[in-house]
Amino acid sequence: MKKMKINKIAVLLLAVALSACGVKGNSGQQQSEPTEPTSRKATVEKKSTSNDMSGHPGKKVYNSVCLACHMADGSGVPGMHPPLIDTDWVTGDKERLIKITLEGLSGKIKVKGEVYNSLMPPHSHLSDKQIADVLTYIRKSFSNNASGVTKEEVQKVRNGS
Amino acid sequence: MKKLAYFVLLTLFAVSCGQENATENHTLIPDSDNGGLTLPEGFSALVVADNVGRGRHIEVNENGDIYVSLRQNDGNRGIACLRDTSGNGKADIIEYAGEHTGTGIKLHNGYLYFGTDSAVVRYPMQEGELKPGNSWELIARGFPQEGQHEAKPIEFDGQGNMYVTVGAPSNACMEQMRTKGSPGMDPCPILDYAGGIWKVDENMLNQHYLEDGERYATGIRHAVATRWNKQVGELYAVQHGRDQLHQFFPEMYTTEESAELPAEEFFLVTEGSDFGWPYCYYDQLQDSKVLAPEYGGDKTARERCENKKDPIMAFPGHMAPNDLLFYTGDMFPEKYKNGAFIAFHGSWNRAPEPQEGFFVVSVPFDGENPSGDWEIFADGFAGTEPVNSTSDAEYRPCGLAQGPDGSLYVVDSNKGKVWRIIHS
Repeated sequence: MKKMKINKIAVLLLAVALSACGVKGNSGQQQSEPTEPTSRKATVEKKSTSNDMSGHPGKKVYNSVCLACHMADGSGVPGMHPPLIDTDWVTGDKERLIKITLEGLSGKIKVKGEVYNSLMPPHSHLSDKQIADVLTYIRKSFSNNASGVTKEEVQKVRNGS
Repeated sequence: MKKLAYFVLLTLFAVSCGQENATENHTLIPDSDNGGLTLPEGFSALVVADNVGRGRHIEVNENGDIYVSLRQNDGNRGIACLRDTSGNGKADIIEYAGEHTGTGIKLHNGYLYFGTDSAVVRYPMQEGELKPGNSWELIARGFPQEGQHEAKPIEFDGQGNMYVTVGAPSNACMEQMRTKGSPGMDPCPILDYAGGIWKVDENMLNQHYLEDGERYATGIRHAVATRWNKQVGELYAVQHGRDQLHQFFPEMYTTEESAELPAEEFFLVTEGSDFGWPYCYYDQLQDSKVLAPEYGGDKTARERCENKKDPIMAFPGHMAPNDLLFYTGDMFPEKYKNGAFIAFHGSWNRAPEPQEGFFVVSVPFDGENPSGDWEIFADGFAGTEPVNSTSDAEYRPCGLAQGPDGSLYVVDSNKGKVWRIIHS
């Protein structure tokens, strides 16, 4: 009986120790995450694009490289691939956006209140012009209306200066 | 004395009325619109709950209590616990429990087993309580967390073993992850620790799945839908096939071919099976397991794929089968008995073609194998047609469970809507 008790305590201690490890490893999940799903506003918003980007050279790059995951309308895939609509990740800091395109992205990120944890592969095989074009395209499409990206800006980030 | 008699009479009347009401409440009344679902004749549905969170899999206890695993939730309380106290089928108590989020969820031997992305834990169930106890134990650990195919579904064989799918953190085992022109690694090192189903002792605490468990089957890219078929005593799984054939090999596959290929494969998973990922994929148009282009395939060559195990059924590509259930209830017509239901989460990798799936299908079975074609059983989850972008789908079926009365429960992953499908 006593032996059993000790075993039980040992198991408990182990569980506690492991749970502590688990907490450490999952610290990203500890942050407060919303239970409310994203509203369907994005679907409505995307229809009111003010810029006509249909003939933009970045669209061709987008369709062959990005569309499979981020969808033709930039709405992404729930829980998998983040949307490119109305988010600071796209319309904000250009250097960060160029860097993500060149190097890819891994680990948990939060986009419009939702947590995403997929991997985006690097796209450094695209030319500076292709990256400039496609980033300009996404920053001005899907109802986004941010400034364009030049190939010089891409080159600067690629060269690490 | 007279007064007392009146009192007794009145009390009896009240009690009998109460009973009558209770009996009436036990008759399930389906929603007039079947909760938005389209079902075969004779079936109807009611919405048990509208919004329990990011639902994944679902379990129903013998007393009718419902448990839904959540992919994310505040404070990692990833077990949604639902109870209907009035008998009308609608959950009137919804509580959240646990310290984990994930996919796998199974009531087994007085525990609620839960598959987080990196480990399987179990919570003790408590007699009469809706929520499981807090003192969880770690059963199996060490699962890879590499950002792709991390969901860990769990299943039991009733002989003391637990099965956990370890999805491959990869599309086709390319040297550079999902990069055009990158060749497939040969042999694929991922198969040593993922891309298969592992078997572990359901009661041994703190196991490392690689050290203490055994690889039961391999060559499975990812299978969120797994189920032990009690009638035949075998494990079944439905695989998520590889993506992006056109994107990486545009000279070989059109966008239309890439949207249809490869098949989502339904496996009878016997011990030691090898289904061929990443070297092979199943082409349902040719009824053939063919060599993947990353390994020198030309769309028809079979080579090493001749020795790989074929599926028992092949579905169109990318529809994302996320749960499987063998129906053993008495409520549904005979044709469904011991047959399979599969919840297809709906595709993303068919773009720019419209997305497909977003429905529950039925597959008739005779013994170990299907005895006829699959057909759509429950549809209308997406609420729109066609679905051009995956996010246009309002609801996406992700988990299935059978209730004690034979009802079929379906949970959605967008909002956590729960339906109960009945037959009368």
